[in-house]
Amino acid sequence: MARKHVATTVNGDTYEFLCDAEQTLLDVLRDEMFLTGSKEGCSSGDCGACSVMLEGKLVCSCLVLGIEADGKTIDTIEGMADGETLHPLQQKFLEENGLQCGICTPGILIAARALLERNPDPSEIEVRYWLAGNLCRCTGYDKIIRSVLDAAADMRGA
Amino acid sequence: MATQLDTDYFQKDKVLKTVGTRPIKADGVDKVTGRARFGADIHLPSMLHGMFKRSPHPHARILSIDTSAAEALAGVKAVVTSADFPDMKPGTPYDDQTRNMMARGKVFYDGHAVAAVAATSATIARKAVKLIEVEYEVLPHVMDIMEAMKPDAPLLRDDIFTKGVDPKPDKPSNVTERVEYAMGDVEKGFKEADVIVEHHFKTKAMHQGYIEPQACVASYTEDGQAEVWCTTQGHFRFRQVCANLLAMDVSKICVTQSEMGGGFGGKNYSYIEPVAIALSRKSSRPVKLVLSRNEVLRATGPVSGTATWFKMGCTKDGKITAAEADLIYETGPFAGSMFANAAMAGFTRYDLENVKSVGHEVVTNRPKVAAFRAPCVPPTVFGIEQIVDEMARKIGMDPIEFRLKNAAEEGYTTVYGQTFGPIGFTTVLKTAKEHPHYTAPLGANQGRGIATGFWFNRGGPSSATININEDGTATLITGNPDVGGSRVSLAMMAAEELGIDVDKVRPSIADTNALGYNHVTAGSRVTFSSGKALIDATRKAIKVACERAAEIWDVPADGVVYEDGFCRPSSSNVGDFDPLPLAEIAKRSIALGGTIAGHAEIVATGAGPGFGIHIVDVEVDKETGRTDIKRYTVIQDAGKAIHPSQVEGQFQGGAVQGNGWALNEEYIYGEDGRLQNPGFLDYRVPVASDVPMIDTVIVEVPNPDAPFGLRGVGEVPLIPTMAAIANAIRDAIGVRMYELPMSPPKVLKAIEEAEKT
Repeated sequence: MARKHVATTVNGDTYEFLCDAEQTLLDVLRDEMFLTGSKEGCSSGDCGACSVMLEGKLVCSCLVLGIEADGKTIDTIEGMADGETLHPLQQKFLEENGLQCGICTPGILIAARALLERNPDPSEIEVRYWLAGNLCRCTGYDKIIRSVLDAAADMRGA
Repeated sequence: MATQLDTDYFQKDKVLKTVGTRPIKADGVDKVTGRARFGADIHLPSMLHGMFKRSPHPHARILSIDTSAAEALAGVKAVVTSADFPDMKPGTPYDDQTRNMMARGKVFYDGHAVAAVAATSATIARKAVKLIEVEYEVLPHVMDIMEAMKPDAPLLRDDIFTKGVDPKPDKPSNVTERVEYAMGDVEKGFKEADVIVEHHFKTKAMHQGYIEPQACVASYTEDGQAEVWCTTQGHFRFRQVCANLLAMDVSKICVTQSEMGGGFGGKNYSYIEPVAIALSRKSSRPVKLVLSRNEVLRATGPVSGTATWFKMGCTKDGKITAAEADLIYETGPFAGSMFANAAMAGFTRYDLENVKSVGHEVVTNRPKVAAFRAPCVPPTVFGIEQIVDEMARKIGMDPIEFRLKNAAEEGYTTVYGQTFGPIGFTTVLKTAKEHPHYTAPLGANQGRGIATGFWFNRGGPSSATININEDGTATLITGNPDVGGSRVSLAMMAAEELGIDVDKVRPSIADTNALGYNHVTAGSRVTFSSGKALIDATRKAIKVACERAAEIWDVPADGVVYEDGFCRPSSSNVGDFDPLPLAEIAKRSIALGGTIAGHAEIVATGAGPGFGIHIVDVEVDKETGRTDIKRYTVIQDAGKAIHPSQVEGQFQGGAVQGNGWALNEEYIYGEDGRLQNPGFLDYRVPVASDVPMIDTVIVEVPNPDAPFGLRGVGEVPLIPTMAAIANAIRDAIGVRMYELPMSPPKVLKAIEEAEKT
């Protein structure tokens, strides 16, 4: 089957590539655009390591077809920092050790930012349920949840 | 000069500036920005995509493999089967590993690899895998250890004659080995007991559950050299495995470890790297192999399911008089579960005179078992700590008091022959007893449980190099993949030794060409073993710095001492010189005789054992059988926490993995021997909304043989969890759970049965 031409905007940059019908958005991000910050942990939408924003909505990029990216706007972990300035969530994860191995971190940061855009003052329970689709096997979640709550507090104060 | 290096690693009286603080980890920024390169993130020019063909049968003879249609498909560049790897003599060290990596003659489990392809795209590779025709003669399979031990059970292999029994059996069986660890006289001990408690327990196979699947890229060149980039807990071991499985020289293989997205023991073992090299050799192109989650669950590292029995006795004033265990561990089709750990460590932490643990390891048609945090110990402690809890209940003693009464102390000689130096078990128990959690009020349907754990902590081969750069900063090179923050901890120790800011020490992990051998990142050994190696290396560098200062001042070398980042005259007799900062000596050293550097290759000994206790409150919903974790506290001896946040992270992460093992996680096989839950939807690991914050207390009883007194901390935090939760469930609803996982249907059934009686 012929590959389809796709033009998409990722982190503000335009990308064009040819896409197999069976390639997922995660596949094309990683293998065609070499944006490997989004990770594949399961390819079934259960681990959240591939979380990205598609047209402003939080999605598992492994559950979206690459072809669906045509004409759309996508935000990934590679665009989260503002130049040399880390996003407050990134900074808090560093300061409070909200990561160990780091494989789930990009997905969790993207998901957490989506939460704070919608609810700048979430409770611990709200953070826990919002992030329930992002598996972390290292940290036991404690320092992740604290990092998100403290980043939210900083962002409200700023 | 042959002057002896200072071997005081502990440095008891040193005022610490860096150790014990919480700097940002060296790999942090790369990991929050998506830059960090994990196993699957490596792309090479002209790289091919590899994929495995796997068996759908749990036990079958391979009659033929026809790869011709796959090879004929446009874009397919190589197909390999076991015929592409040297045959090994049964019983030789790498025979099991090559047979597990690629089935040879027989498949032993659903998901066992039978062939692999490399193609110009993943899409083509997937099509090619489907075109490989394998003809099987399906054989009867056995999934359960108790079934596998029966005389009429299907026999997996005809070369297993149970080791450790005398006389050697004349017939093969599914039992690989028997071990026994015993001392004293358990019969006598049970006669002295006022109370005896005994019971059978069962635990299910589960998985380490690392989020990053195994992944590698291999490039073989026509001169017989190979480069491998992979996610691994031990790239030196993986190099050794590749060399042996491919009959290559070790020097012809260079392995570079990527960042590792979780391992927990499961990435000690190489599954895919030799296959990637073989595909690259055949295709003359670099080959990338990445496992899917389905493959990870079906064909890598499950943890042994177990069937155990324990009997313990104590006097009415709470002294344990005897302890006995019978332990049966499944291992998949190949030995190597490390089941002997359970027999050695199960009861260890109690001051027992009369103890006997017998273990058996059994093969079944399941994937080969791999290590998981304190390999094989947690399922045994799940039983023992419930027996201990029940004994305390029977004599009406507080469970921590009961353990204090039986706690091993310095000088105790264990059943496996180790005599303990200073240990922290008693301090840990006392800390728990005074913790506010232990006496906080409980609500309706809530209960509190405690349980304790012990892990040996390991040492072993480690190498390190430190280069003092021309501006006085340092580059630290070690050889153990960093699983949870060891890099920053090692940099902190180097900074402490050099008397410079941690920010001036850049830690890195070298590929296998750059350092001597490093044992795998396992056994809670890295901060200890690499720590000792780097301290040796740093002290050698400091010695060179002193020699250079002596040369600059034109004084004897022993007239110079190093303190807090400066070389100084050792006394006023040497001369009146202003202290020389390391940066100044380093700058002049490039011309004065070369870079100031030190390196060390050691086998680290003297690791200090670790002890911990968990306190957990649960609430059990009696209508559904669901258990909620309401409050959780981990208290553990870290000797000295080099980076307390990293230590807390180990405590919290281990406890939550244990929550999954306790309440949810299990391998579910159908009658057909096929895994029914090979994905994260049905194999459910804990998510953020399943658990509360995990409170931690770091106890510090120093190990005098370790850098700054540290003890490994990575494995103890998993050991007590399942027992602590089981004891809490018992406390909440008056029903004891003898099987893992304690999932809602099982708890509900136990409640209903208890109500009947």
